[in-house]
Amino acid sequence: MIYLRLFWEFFKTGLFSVGGGLATLPFLYQMQAKTGWFTVADLSNMIAVSESTPGPMGINMATYTGYTVAGIPGALIAVAGEILPAFLIILIVYRLLDRFKTNRYVQDVLYGLRAASAAMILMAGLRVAQTALLDVPAWRVSGAFFELFRPLPILLAAAVFILYRKVGKHPLWYILASGLIGVLLKL
Amino acid sequence: MRQIPDLFLTFARVGVTTFGGGYAMLPVLQREVVEAKQWATEEELADIYAIGQCTPGVIAVNVSTYIGYKKGRLPGAVAATFGVVFPSLVIITLITALIRNFSGIAWVQHALAGIRACVCALVFSSVIKLAKKAVPDLPAFLVFAAVFLLSLFTDVSNVVWVVAAGAAGVMIRRLAALRKKKGGDGT
Repeated sequence: MIYLRLFWEFFKTGLFSVGGGLATLPFLYQMQAKTGWFTVADLSNMIAVSESTPGPMGINMATYTGYTVAGIPGALIAVAGEILPAFLIILIVYRLLDRFKTNRYVQDVLYGLRAASAAMILMAGLRVAQTALLDVPAWRVSGAFFELFRPLPILLAAAVFILYRKVGKHPLWYILASGLIGVLLKL
Repeated sequence: MRQIPDLFLTFARVGVTTFGGGYAMLPVLQREVVEAKQWATEEELADIYAIGQCTPGVIAVNVSTYIGYKKGRLPGAVAATFGVVFPSLVIITLITALIRNFSGIAWVQHALAGIRACVCALVFSSVIKLAKKAVPDLPAFLVFAAVFLLSLFTDVSNVVWVVAAGAAGVMIRRLAALRKKKGGDGT
């Protein structure tokens, strides 16, 4: 029953991802490895689409994944699973809002969680980068170390990284420009 | 009861006008929810954000559930939360369908290859930004490093790292508090 599994996987993601934005990425990466519902390349398309369209990133990622796995019903079910934990938690803590926020154990747990979340996102990011910037299959065949690297994508990623950190501007512009460069250079 | 469609529409507008969710949503919420509708005060909004950061899941869902519940109890919470995710559902489903239908075309593949390289750069720059806040001291760095290495070399579920990091957070901070107290007594 794919719908039930989809709901369960996203419910877990919604319940354990803390920190917003890319916090769902490590969970989606593990979902990919475990279920094979989509590819690692799909994962970076998901990030690109989620970053360049309006709406909360976690919801965008859930919609993209759900639709890829099981069409429109899949998208609805994935989003329902993703939002249900946050929805229920707010209903529960609604009356205890002030006490909850200042509770020292909540603060202590968060201290550990934030660091773990950053580490998990870094790790999932490296896996995504591996498919975009490295060519592991070619390297395995030839054994030549330089064949491991895809020079043009690495240069492009480095250029985006430096520009984005120096200039800022919305990610959408970098995504559009990189798509154009990809077409022109036939990446 | 007129409030229910109003909650849906207002939060749908919030969803469609924010890129990235989380903090990107704050100015839009201030304008729509605090100033235009007066459904919440600035302080309340800040409180919900603090809660959103201490609870799992998407912050946009925390905020919409809270304000929806406050204005219209359970139906209000459902209407506001559905409103904030509705634009994502429609927009992302359309884009995903497009990408999947046209991904066989050569130039689309080149564009996606360029975009994937760009996404690596965006993810790493987000991780750096996040780590600056999430890893404030040496114990937090140790949690960060441990989770990173363990998730790199094992394929244990992220859920385990989240729970363990939360427990580690409590232990580290309680120990630090104890030591401080002792030191204080000694002088």
